[in-house]
Order: sequence, then structure tokens, then C-alpha cells
Amino acid sequence: MNAVYIMCHRQVKEFFRNKQRLFVSLVQPILFLVAFGFGLGNSFSNSNGINYISYLLPGIVGMTIMMSSVMSGMSLIWDKKFGFLKETLVAPVSRTSLLFGRCLGGAATSTIQGIFVLFFGYFMGFRIQNWAMFPLIIIAMFFVALLFNLLGTSLASKFDDMQSFPSVMNLLMMPMMFLSNAFFLPDNFPLFLQFIVKINPFNYCVNILRFLMSGIESNLWLSTSVIIGLIIIIGIIGTFLFKKIEV
Amino acid sequence: MDKIIEVKNLTKKFKDFVAVNNINFDVQEGEIFAFLGPNGAGKSTSIKIMTTILEPTSGEVKINGFDVRKEQNKVRESIGIIFQDSSLDEDLTAYENLYYHAALYRISKRGIKDKINNILDYVGLFDRKDDYVKNFSGGMRRRVEIARGLLHNPKILFLDEPTIGLDVQTRAFLWNNVKKLNAEKNITVFFTSHNLDEAEKIATKIAIIDHGKILIIGTPEEVKEKTKTSSLEEAFLALTGYDIRPEKVDNVDRMRMRREREGGGRR
Repeated sequence: MNAVYIMCHRQVKEFFRNKQRLFVSLVQPILFLVAFGFGLGNSFSNSNGINYISYLLPGIVGMTIMMSSVMSGMSLIWDKKFGFLKETLVAPVSRTSLLFGRCLGGAATSTIQGIFVLFFGYFMGFRIQNWAMFPLIIIAMFFVALLFNLLGTSLASKFDDMQSFPSVMNLLMMPMMFLSNAFFLPDNFPLFLQFIVKINPFNYCVNILRFLMSGIESNLWLSTSVIIGLIIIIGIIGTFLFKKIEV
Repeated sequence: MDKIIEVKNLTKKFKDFVAVNNINFDVQEGEIFAFLGPNGAGKSTSIKIMTTILEPTSGEVKINGFDVRKEQNKVRESIGIIFQDSSLDEDLTAYENLYYHAALYRISKRGIKDKINNILDYVGLFDRKDDYVKNFSGGMRRRVEIARGLLHNPKILFLDEPTIGLDVQTRAFLWNNVKKLNAEKNITVFFTSHNLDEAEKIATKIAIIDHGKILIIGTPEEVKEKTKTSSLEEAFLALTGYDIRPEKVDNVDRMRMRREREGGGRR
């Protein structure tokens, strides 16, 4: 348990030390929010009586969390490059605790970024529908962040190269972002793409955030089980991959 | 004396390539053991197996009586390691690097602050303890690593080419302290090096390995006697020949070399 805590502690500490990175990581979601919010706001089909910003903001929060979480796999590659990974691999702790420590720490920092974006939404006219939900919003953000941290870190264990990791991860994340309901209703998609939206796990992350933040109904149990199920599956695969790391 | 390292029929294969080919040797408690060989001889692979980074393909390795395959954490608690290249977290201070190490090795929290301060004082870095490691020179980093490697009171100290790229002062500091620790605390030392003068001066026992096989084992005197040479370097060349060995470079190495060339800071 101690190793999990200490790896987590380190991720959080280094996150707060690097103010520049925090600032840079918020620029992109805020741009998305402003561009989509003002650009598409008027044309959003208002049939359900939902205003666009209530629909959009949870998607942007989800995107912020997904991107920063997957990219936190970079820290593993840094540690390979700078040798610190070796120090942790020869310590008398299990690889599983190293993996989960890193990912819990990364999930905490991604959640903090998600909260920043949530409150930035207030400048755009967003309002949390029910403040009683706030603790649940944080918990949901954290689980989404944990899922994508596990994904990013597990994949990072197979990379040695600082250049290719971010580009491959972008290649993975772009379709997840755009072939989802994060920014718009996918109702006008051709059937084939609608099918992709249905099997896109990010979709379910956005659904749950949207329900908790804006009260927009969706199948809560399905979303929760998809997220928890994937955390378990990717956690198992990640543990396996972590055990195979050789330095 | 007791055997503190036992290696029996150790073999490590990477696909078709046999890096370590059925080697056997023991290290007695309190020895300073030099593991020598040309590039690609199997030194690093062996040390990685002994320090639980790699799993052996076959054979048995016992460190401080514990099996490297079955009792990994017991092995890890028994050993301190100073790697060939830096393994510090540059975004942390010297103190924090040691603090995280203490936590990973489950050293009790009580008195840890004093313990870290004392050991940093011992390596002459107490004044710099709250500076980030990224601002340290190569020699200072090495001293932090020595302090870290000793923090959990290991019974065996592994050093993988520990003096590469160090200035004369840090090199002298390192070997003097290794000898001192060996004499005062009876810490067993296992090291690899390309510097044969160093090895000849420091080691009480030497093994020379090439093409994954151990060619000779003994005290420096015995090695010279058996090969009828007058220095360890001559003995080494007599045994391993004059061919220059190609060195395999993997991705991580390439990345490190690039970093060293560019002198890059992190982020």
C-alpha cells in the first residue's frame, strides 16, 4: 500500500511543481469550449429544451480528462529515459502497486484539470444542475481519469520513444473524441458511424458526466458498468505488460 | 565465510541469442568481486538477473540466500544498486529522491529525516539537499546515488560500471568509500568495470567473462599467475583477444545518448 501511496504522491507533487504544464493543458479544452460554444451554440437542435452549453461542457470536461490521462503515460517514458524507472523496478514492491500508484496519482491530477474546466464553463453560462451531485461528479471524473491513465500507462510500457508516443496516442484519441457524443448529437451520423459511437467507451464516460452535471438522462448503469469493467480489464492487461518491462 | 551470492548453471537467452551460457560462480560474504569482460560479454545481463530486473531462462541464482525468481522482494531488500547511468528523478530534490527511496523500501518513518540528512552529509551534499537533481553535476548525482544505494543498509552493493564519465575526485571518493564500507560494515561488493587498473586495485576476487562464459575466476594474483602475465590488463587481453566487439544499442540507449549530446533538461 505504501508503494501505491508514494508513487501517487510523486505524480501529484510533480504536477503542482510544473505550473507551465498545467496552464498549457488547459488552453486546448478552453479553446474547444469557446469555439464550439459560440460557433455551434445557435445551430444546436433545441428540440429537447437543452441548451448547448449544458450539453457541451461535460463533453469538454471528459475530453480534458481523457487527453491528460492518456498523456500521463509520457511520465513513464520520461522515467525510462532518465532511469528512474529502474530505481522503482528494483525496489521491494510489486509491479502492480507501481502501476496503480502512478495511475491513481495521474487520475488525481487529471480530475483537478477537469474541475478547472468545469468552473471555466461558468464564464460561458454553464450551471451545475444540482449541487448535491458535486461529490458524485468528482468521483465519476476520477474513475474516467483512472480508466484512461491505465490505458495510457499500459500502452506507454511498450514505447521507448518520446516522439512516437504522443502521435500514436493522438491517433487513438481523435476518433474517440469526434466519433462520440462529446460535442454534438450523433443522430445525423450514417448508421455505420453510429455503430462506432455505440462501441466507443469515451461515449459512456461523457454520458455519465452529462447526467451528473447537467441532468441529461442516459443509461447510467450501462455507463457505470462499461467504465468499471474497462478499468478491471485494462488494469489486468496493464499489470501483465508492467511485469514484462525490461530496462 | 558464507556464500552470499550463488549462481548455478545460469543461462539467459534472447530469442536465438545466448547472452549468458551456463555460468557458475559463488561470491563469499565480505568479498569485493569484480566481474569483467568486453562489451556484449554478458556482464550486464548477469547483473540484471542478479538484481531481479531480468528473469533467467534457466539455472538458479541465490542472493543472500534468497532465490531471484521466487523471493524477489527479499532479494531486493538485501541489495543496493548503483546503475551504470543515472536513475534519479531529476524533478525532485536530493532529499526527496532519498525520501521516496526510503518509502519504497519500507524504512520506518521514525528518524528517517535524520538518517537521510546524515547520509547526505556523509557524501558531502547536506548543503545541497533541497536543490533539484537536474541542477547537479555528474559527480554530485553519483554521490546522491551512492547515498541512496546505502540508505536501506544493504548486505550487498552492486555497481554496474560505476565510474564511467566521473572526474578523478568522484572516482576516488567512490572507491575509498566502497573499501571503507566493505571493511567496516562487511558489505559485499559486486561490480563490473572496463577499467582494469581500478579492478586490480580494488577487487579481492575477479571473474572474466566472454561470449556468455566465465573464462577464469580467482584473486588478481591467481589470474595473473594462471595466464603468466604481469598485469590484469595483459591477462584480460590474453584471455579475450584483441578483436573489437560491436556493441548492441537499443532504443533507450539511443535516447540517452541523444540526451547526453544535447545536454537536455527535462520538459
